[in-house]
Amino acid sequence: MIIRRIFAALFAIFFFISAYVLIADIGFGNNKMDDLVGKYYIENTIKDTTALNVVSTVVVNYRGLDTLGEVTVLFVASVSVGVLMARFKGSKLWNVSTTPIHITAGRILFPLIWIFGAYIFVHRHLTPGGWFPGGAVIASGVLLLMLAFKDYLPSSKLITFSESISGSLYVLVGLIGLAIGGYFLYDFVYRTYGIGTIGTLISGGFIPIVYTIIGVKDGVELSGILHHLSRDDTE
Amino acid sequence: MIIFWAYISAIGLISIGIYGLLMKRHAFKLIISLGLISTGVNLLLISIGYIIGGTAPIYPKNLNISAPMVDPLPQALVLTAIVIETAILAAALSLAILMHREYGTLDVRVIWRRLR
Repeated sequence: MIIRRIFAALFAIFFFISAYVLIADIGFGNNKMDDLVGKYYIENTIKDTTALNVVSTVVVNYRGLDTLGEVTVLFVASVSVGVLMARFKGSKLWNVSTTPIHITAGRILFPLIWIFGAYIFVHRHLTPGGWFPGGAVIASGVLLLMLAFKDYLPSSKLITFSESISGSLYVLVGLIGLAIGGYFLYDFVYRTYGIGTIGTLISGGFIPIVYTIIGVKDGVELSGILHHLSRDDTE
Repeated sequence: MIIFWAYISAIGLISIGIYGLLMKRHAFKLIISLGLISTGVNLLLISIGYIIGGTAPIYPKNLNISAPMVDPLPQALVLTAIVIETAILAAALSLAILMHREYGTLDVRVIWRRLR
């Protein structure tokens, strides 16, 4: 046992030292943007999409197919959690007693939490954020409801329905781009029709549309994971 | 200086995660070690793209930027990595729940002994 501990500690220390020696030459903090692809993204994002946030342009426009794969990974994880927990038919894991504080806070805070989550992913082309934080905030609202009201559970059918609808809508937006512009996930809103003024909500091409779709999908999927993980058969 | 400590703490987190994976035998602690490793990798990627004195890669409304922007590509990559990390952790946690139902314990050594 003590030998195992010593070997594990030695291995961790060895990894630390070798990583320190090997990675130190990267030049942390230096401006090395001159020969990187990030320079292109920063210089051309306004011209290409009218979005102010460069990261959202990279995620949705320049690397849109990667985002489709990422959404697929989250979908597969949600499905696998559902399959693994499918043998438990009971309803609740939390047998904590809810207090009036829970219920009152749930009633007042729940709509505000959902509005904030929607704000995060709808304004993605202007402010920091992302579809994943927005969806996580929405799922935390669902978690608050599950903790506050003992007999509340998000409906399984609704979760599956909105999951598949929003997933298909994302592919549909990509296919519309294919039909109009000639390649998958083409930014038809700005490139073809020229809709949007810089710095307002209606800008950034199809970034707000795509972010709203996958934000909703992500919130629903995380709520589904919460729902599946809270299953129990000890009742 | 702060970027030096970000880089040290990134590989430190990865080392702690490796130690936990090798040493711990409680399944939940193994999952926490996985989470530590992926957090360390995310921090390392972000600090590779950082520029001292740089601003976040978001233009102000009048499009005037005073400082150079940091590299947006590692940040987009880390956004992807966070999502996949969450997916892995959720699947691993449900497996741990199933393990506890099946064997009544989360100690991987006890389960291994029972399997043999």
